[in-house]
Parts: sequence; structure tokens; C-alpha cells
Amino acid sequence: MAADASPFEVLCNILLSIAPMARGRGVITRSEKGERMGRVVVIGAGIVGAACTWYAAHAGWEVVLVDRGRPGAGTTSRGEGNLLVSDKGDGPELDLMRLSRRLWLELGDHLGRDRLELDEKGGLVVATSDAGLAGLRTFAAGQRAAGVDAIDVATAGDLRRLEPLLSDRLPGGVLYPEDLQVQPVLAADALVAGARQRGASTRFGVEVEGAVTSGGRLTGVRLVGGEVLGADAVVNAAGTWGGEVGVRLGAPIPVLPRRGFILVTEPVGPLVRHKVYTAEYVDNVASNDAALQTSTVVESTRGGTILIGASRERVGYDAGMSPKVVARLAAGAVEIFPFLRRVDLLRVYRGFRPYCPDHLPVIGPDPRVPGVIHACGHEGAGIGLAAATGYLVARYLDGGPMPDEVPVSAFVPDRFAEVSV
Amino acid sequence: MTRPDHVGPGLGFTFDGRRIHHRPGQTVGAALVEHDILAWRTTRHDGRPRGLFCGIGVCFDCLVTVDGIPNQRACVVLADEVEEITTQSGSGHDRLALRDPADD
Amino acid sequence: MIDAGTVTADPVNETVTPVDVAIVGAGPAGLAAAVTCARAGLRVCLIDRGTSLGGQYWRQPAASPDFLQSLVAREAPVSGPGRGPVHPRDLRHLHHDLATFDALRERVGEALHAGLVDLRLRTQVWTAVVTDAAVVTDAPGGTDAPGPAADGAAVVDLHVLGPAGVAGVVRARRLVIATGAHDIGLPFPGWDLPGVMTIGGIQALLKSSDVVPGRRVALGGTGPFLLPVATGLAARGVEVVGVFEANAPTGWWPHLSTVVRNPDRLREGLAYAATLARRRVPFRPRTMIVEAHGHDRVEAVSVCRLDRAGRPGLESVVRHDVDAVGIGWGFSPILDLAVTLRCATRLGDNGFAVVAVDSEQRSSVPMVLVAGEPTGVGGAALALAEGELAGHVVVADLTDPVGTTARSRRTGQRLRTVRRDVVRLRSFATAMHAAHPIPPGWAAAVRRETTVCRCEEVDAATVLEAVAAGADTARQVKQLTRAGMGWCQGRTCEPACALLAAGAAQQTTREKAPLAGPVGASALAGDTERLVAQPVSLGALADLLPRSSSQPSHDQ
Repeated sequence: MAADASPFEVLCNILLSIAPMARGRGVITRSEKGERMGRVVVIGAGIVGAACTWYAAHAGWEVVLVDRGRPGAGTTSRGEGNLLVSDKGDGPELDLMRLSRRLWLELGDHLGRDRLELDEKGGLVVATSDAGLAGLRTFAAGQRAAGVDAIDVATAGDLRRLEPLLSDRLPGGVLYPEDLQVQPVLAADALVAGARQRGASTRFGVEVEGAVTSGGRLTGVRLVGGEVLGADAVVNAAGTWGGEVGVRLGAPIPVLPRRGFILVTEPVGPLVRHKVYTAEYVDNVASNDAALQTSTVVESTRGGTILIGASRERVGYDAGMSPKVVARLAAGAVEIFPFLRRVDLLRVYRGFRPYCPDHLPVIGPDPRVPGVIHACGHEGAGIGLAAATGYLVARYLDGGPMPDEVPVSAFVPDRFAEVSV
Repeated sequence: MTRPDHVGPGLGFTFDGRRIHHRPGQTVGAALVEHDILAWRTTRHDGRPRGLFCGIGVCFDCLVTVDGIPNQRACVVLADEVEEITTQSGSGHDRLALRDPADD
Repeated sequence: MIDAGTVTADPVNETVTPVDVAIVGAGPAGLAAAVTCARAGLRVCLIDRGTSLGGQYWRQPAASPDFLQSLVAREAPVSGPGRGPVHPRDLRHLHHDLATFDALRERVGEALHAGLVDLRLRTQVWTAVVTDAAVVTDAPGGTDAPGPAADGAAVVDLHVLGPAGVAGVVRARRLVIATGAHDIGLPFPGWDLPGVMTIGGIQALLKSSDVVPGRRVALGGTGPFLLPVATGLAARGVEVVGVFEANAPTGWWPHLSTVVRNPDRLREGLAYAATLARRRVPFRPRTMIVEAHGHDRVEAVSVCRLDRAGRPGLESVVRHDVDAVGIGWGFSPILDLAVTLRCATRLGDNGFAVVAVDSEQRSSVPMVLVAGEPTGVGGAALALAEGELAGHVVVADLTDPVGTTARSRRTGQRLRTVRRDVVRLRSFATAMHAAHPIPPGWAAAVRRETTVCRCEEVDAATVLEAVAAGADTARQVKQLTRAGMGWCQGRTCEPACALLAAGAAQQTTREKAPLAGPVGASALAGDTERLVAQPVSLGALADLLPRSSSQPSHDQ
């Protein structure tokens, strides 16, 4: 360990190396505690791959981060950067998110909150009808029982004290002080830069073609063009393309794209204080409907723009524009924030959320190809869950122990029994 | 919208209250430049003055408030069609930040 | 392959106008295409953001309310003395080849009269979508144009916003993108001072409003376009303190044979040079404006010589007092609509992205043709030829795909002539770019605190820091610094960011920088994504939904 390591790095190293090494579960066998014990190739330089690289590098692994494009150029650059507990009901994803939230705050302190544009802005979920408010309150009560800080906002007046520009026609809502935001590309960049200082290296513009194995065990990855990167383990952090990378590694997992559009306005300043969204959002996140769903999500950025979401459609990788979706998102935003009528839309992002059939990410070693660890399929929560994902991956690399508060078995690839190799 | 069909002296708009005469067909930006007014907004961060740059509607540097609507391109808006031009600062939407919910 | 997933299932509150061909941009290329299509009886929708026909090249004063009638009748608007309406007649000297424009305008007028052209001025295309055949067959009214019935092909839906914010969809069987270009402005200290403009902006002031930007003006950058701007200003009595051209006319020597094959261009250049000499406008080759001075407006510029490697000799600058400055480093094609439709791009002669087209002006997206500057900056004559060529191709596609009629034989001859013109003029454009590259050392004038992104006020130090940290494309620079994320969406600073990023990439890969060739900005090509071609208010978007569905139902 470096002599000048910060307290946070010391803490991480302790967390990652203490206590009984469950060597049997480890991806490779460590020769000696604390030594550089092997090489890991992380595929995908989005936020999740960046976090995996950061945590693995800090655990002493020699990490090579590869991406066929540029860092943070995929789905990472097309999200709002939400770290939300508010949209998650009691269950394994909420547990993972709460771990991730703690880790993100630590990362923020370590890497610099301004550098990540980490903002403890809090989320404000608003109902647009009395019936919607009743449903929202029930949902929030369940979250409170699970330990989430969820504060009822009783009246329209109370809402407007929190958000002065909200419509006066909303019956009420729930405030979630724990919701955070980061700027995802800056966060990924900071994590990669931090990992580089711990010896990680990067290869951008290269594409992984397949796994190289010996005796059924992975010994490296072959790049398109023939070059082989030797590795003791490979992390599939390819996001929406994690399904395809899984196939190439001989370890397929069912990750599919779910298209979303985000509208970006002209710069107007910090007029919206929280992440504000309508109660329908929670239902849509959890929905299995392939048809278009929109709910209204509005928030300001440090850059002064306002981001408006969120749409969900299963249309494959259709990269086209949909005026209908954009109009619906605009109409939803204008309904809860009437001042937006006169604000101009400058740009629309379109991204593909990587989703799995049960809406949970795939995090853990693949039993079919020892040496492969998946870390993808986070759907719309990848920014938020990235820190915990990187942390868990480092634990798997080390062979444990896994944190008690997260039911890690809910995320392992073994759960997709129907997927054949 | 119908355009005023008049020609000659008296045609004009106000710029921060000052009367600016212009010729039919001129843009707001051109009319201001002809009156030696080169800047009509200040930037969001450094408060720097800005006026025409690309002159053809691409760069959005010449934004100005036209009849109360902020962030209109002076190089595109026709002077014939406006009554009141006001300088703007920052995002052009700054007054919203000061709004008190009690106002409505 | 066109994705079918964007077909709108539930109605959007926009009137759909089916036409045979939509043409976006009413400059030389768009006019030539429109006239060619209308002459063959196709129904044309000609769309332009501006107030008149002509584009930037033949930019006209704002059309009077009776513009359409005057267009048909070719009657001049009433002009008062002195302060009357800005009249095209008084501005003819600013233009080149106006006879061609007059003829095209007359043809458009006739076609308007005949009901073949739907002219939409002051209309923005805010987005465009390729829609599949299923919707075409269901389209209200369908298309009753001559030619094959629904050939299974898709159509292009242009979502437009008209003068009073009226939304609509123009549904076209073919689209010709003829959106022109704008000046490339590269940052230097003081370039954000009021009074510093692009030379295209100065030309627009002159041509549309009969206004000059100042009394003493310095012009700088590179390329032939500096000359007409200088002569236009000089004709209005403006003192042009100098035309500071970064390259030397000797750069044309290697391309002499190309020049000789384009005598019109040569004559045009010589005429400008003669006018400059007559008006005693100093033309200073191998020089560059390296700073604009002033507090709240420009008061002076510093100019210095460039050495053989294209680096400004900053140790010996000459100061000129001015009240306005024009800069132009060539042109950047306006690709918004083509990028929105995902037309493939390639690197143009100056190293920046242009739309890739085949020898028939077809882009990679079926049904979308591109003409003029978006296929590679080459000037008005080339734009005219490409526009006409695109028009003929559209006509053949829609009326006679097998090419057997008598008309198609006549057209075939004309096509061959126009194609030859395109090839000849394109080679001239290539020579022009080779003779007028952005000098490799342009950035030496930039200081750490110089603003690069004018919208987001991102300085050079911030951009260079991102580049040093590994950003090697304009997009990477944007995502790390916000340069290019503001109002203009990078249209202004993207060339500079791409050049700064590519410059660093060249250094790190130890590639030999080209000595005098175009600065490689290959990292820019294909890296742009633009789903919204023009800003549009959220209110206007919300109003696209029918009333019922814009009020979400909450009680489900």
C-alpha cells in the first residue's frame, strides 16, 4: 500500500482485504495477502466499468480497462446521473442502492464532489391526482419501513415551498432527501483517472472478440485483429452491449436495450432545486410492457440546463428520433412546471438502458466460464448502482467476503437458468 | 401575424426605452448596429457584452429580449415586427429565480 | 436499413402535407433542385429559415408582405427615398451572377403560380424522421403524383415550425438537403468582443439590411470569400484597413491546370482583386489577426506575419485601430438535418465532416439527396450544379425509374453535362481548400484565458486540460468541459475543439503534421449526433399533442 494513501484508500484496502479469505469462492487464488496478484481486463469504460476498475485497482489488481469506443460514450453519457433510492421499493435493488449511496458519498469526498458534480439535491416525487397521491403514500410507507427517509409533503403550498415554480395544481408528494445526482461522464473520467494512479491502464478503440481459455478456465481475451490480452479474470461491464460481450466470452446473459429519450433545455440556471418526478415513474421503471411509457422527470444541472425524461420503449437499437415521444415528454414537463412552456429545447439524447427480464443487474462470477465476472444490466440505475457494483466485483475478485447488507445472490448470473451456453 | 405595412420615418422600436428608427426589411441586429449599438446582452458567467457574431442565425450570440420573450436572435428577428427590445443578462430567464410562489 | 420503430402510433397534432419532394434550403442548390423538379411536374415543398429566396449567397432583404405576389409579378416593392425599404436594386453590386438568381426566382414564381411549389419561408425543420411504407399507404390523401405507385419505399417526415409557430409535417417521397454553410471562426484573444463578427455576418448585414458594421474594418482568415466582403464594404465607403489572408496566392500554383479549366472562377477572383486595388484596400498575404483589443467593444487589432510553417510571429505585431473586425477561416457545412437523419459522413477537403454522397447526390439514407455545401464546401457554382443534378435524379426516380421516355433521353444528355460540371467544379473546390488551409500554427495566438466556447464561456486552458487528459475528439472535449453544450450546440466552437483535440492526438501518436495541408480533424467526422436540428420551445412541442393526450390520465 502506498505510504501516502488517503484515509479513504486505507479504508477501502482494509475493507477489501480483511478477514477470512473465502478463497474457494475467489476468481483466482491469491498467492499472498496484499500482493499484486493478477491481471483483470474490464470490458466497457462506462460508469460501471470505471467503478470496477477503480475498486479492483485499489484492491491491488493490475487492471486493463478496454472499450471499443471512448470512455463514458455509451449509455453513461445519456443519462441524468441519478442516484435514487426514491424509485426503489423494499428489495435487493434498494439494498444495493443504499450501499452504493454510501460509497458514492465516500468517492465524492475522495475524488472531489465538484469534480463529479455530486449534488445531495434530494428527490421530490409529486402526484398529479388524489388517487396517485394515495398510491404514492402507500409506496412511501413501505420504503420508510425499510429504512428509507421519505417525508410526506401534504399540500400544494408545501410543494411550492420546496419548488417555487411547480404548478399549483398538484395535490402533494413525497420528499426523499437521500437522492443524489452526479455528472456521469465526469464521474467516470474521475474514477478512471484515479484508477490510473493505482496502476490501471486503458485501451480505447479496441474490441473484444472472444475469450481465451485453457482447461475450461479463462486465461485472457482476444481482441479483434488477433491481439491477446492475458488475464486472470475478465469483467463484463459492457452495459447495453453486455449481452453481446457475454456471448463472445461464452457466457451469455439476457441483457437487452430499452430506449429512452432525454430532453435538454437551453441554460436557465438552477430553477428546479430537486429531482422532481411524477409518481407514474416508479410503475414504469418496474414495468415489463414493451410499448412506450413516459413519465415526467425534471431536474436542473450544474451547467444550468434542465433535463427532462423519462421514456421507456423496447424497440431494439433503433437510434431514430421520435417526435411523439419528445412531444409527450415536453407536455409532461410543462404540466408540472408551467414556466417551461417558454423555455427552448436544445438537444435530445437517446440512450439504451441495459435491462434484464427481472429488472435486476447481473453482478457476479459466471459459473460456465470460470474467470468471467458480469457487471451489467443495470437498466436505468447504472449510475447510481455503479459504486456498489464496482465494490462487489472487487470482492468477487478477491474471493470475498461479501457485504452482509446486500443479498448478492439476487444478482448472480446463475439465476438465468434458461440461458444456455 | 400581419406586418405593419407602413414605410418611412416614424417606423421603429424601442431599445431599453430609446426609440430606434429603422428601414423596412432590416433585422433588429442590423438596425441596432446602424445606430452604433453593438451589444445587447451580457453573458451568464462573466457578464461580458455580446452582439452580432455569425449574423446568420447559427451562433446564438446576439440573443435579446423581444417584446418580453427572452433569447431571440437579433440577427433573425425583423425590426418591422417588434415593438420593444430590451437588453438581457445571464440566461434571460433570471427573473424566474426571484419568483415568489405567492405571486400566483 | 431503416428502423420501423419510430412510426408514430398515436396521433400527433400536426397537419401532414404529402409532396413528391421536399427541399430544405432556398439558396443556389435548393433553388436549382426546386426548379428542376417543378419543371417536370413534381409537387415541391421548398423550405427555408430565411425571409426570402436566395440563401446566404444571394441573400435578399426581408420579403415584403406581398412578397409572393411580387415574386410572381416581379414587381419591386415601393421604395421611399433614402430611408425607405431596403431595396434589392440598390444592393445588386454586392452580388455575383444575379442573372442566374433572377432566372431561378422567376421559375419558382411560375411554379408557385401553377400550384406546383409550396413555398415555406421563415420555416424551421426542427426534426426529421424516416417513416416506413405502412404509414405511407395510410397517409391521408396519399400522393397522386405521376410515377410508380407506392414502391414499398419509406417517406421522410419533416417536422416544421412555420412563422407563427404553426407546426406541421411535410411528408416527402424524396428529400433534398441544401442547407448551405456558415463561416468557421477560430478563437483568438478578443474574438468575443462586440464588433468582431464573421465575414459572412458582415456580408449578411450588407445584403439584407444595407448596414455596415463600422467605419474602419479589418478582415482576416483565409479563402476567396474575404475578397467580396472587402469590396462590398469598400463600395459603401468603409475603410478596410487590410485583408489579412493567412495564405499566399502562390498556394494556387500547383493547381494551375484546375484553375484554367474554371475560367469563370478565375475571372471572378481577378475582378475582386482589381476592385481591391482600385479602392486601395491593402491585401496582406501570409498574415493573421492575432488579437482584438478593447474593453466593451473592439477598438484595435494586432496583426502579424505567418512563417513558412504557418506559425504567427507574435514577437512583431502591427496594431491597427478599427471599429469592426471580420474573420472567416472557410466554411463549415450545415449538417444538422443530415445528421438528424443519420446520413453517413466523410472527411471533406478541409478535414471536417461532410455528407457522403454518390455521383447522383444520394446520401446513405435512401430517399435523401444532398446538394451544395453539405457535401463539401465548394461555392455557389458547384451548389447550382449539384442542386440541378439532384433535381434530375429525383425526377427520374419518381417519374421514370427505368429511363425509357423521350424526356429521360433529353434529361440524360443534360445529366451528363451537369455531372461533368460537378466534377470540374469539385476539383476547383479541392484546389481552393489546398491553397487556403487553416495554418497549422493558428492556435499559437490563443491564450489560456481565451474563450473557446462562446456560449458556455469555456476557456482554452480548460479545453487543453481535457485534451491533455486524453480527450481526442470534439465530443470528448464537450463532455468533459461543456464546450459545445450551449445555445449553439457546438456549431461555433466545434471546429476549434476538434482541431485542438486532433492536434494533441497527432503529437501523442508522433504522426508527422502535414506541412501545409489541411489540419487533420478526422476525429470530428461521424462523431456528431443531433436529434433536434433547431431549438424549439417546450410549449410548441407540448402543443403537438392533441388536447386529450396532453393531459395525462392519472386515475388509472
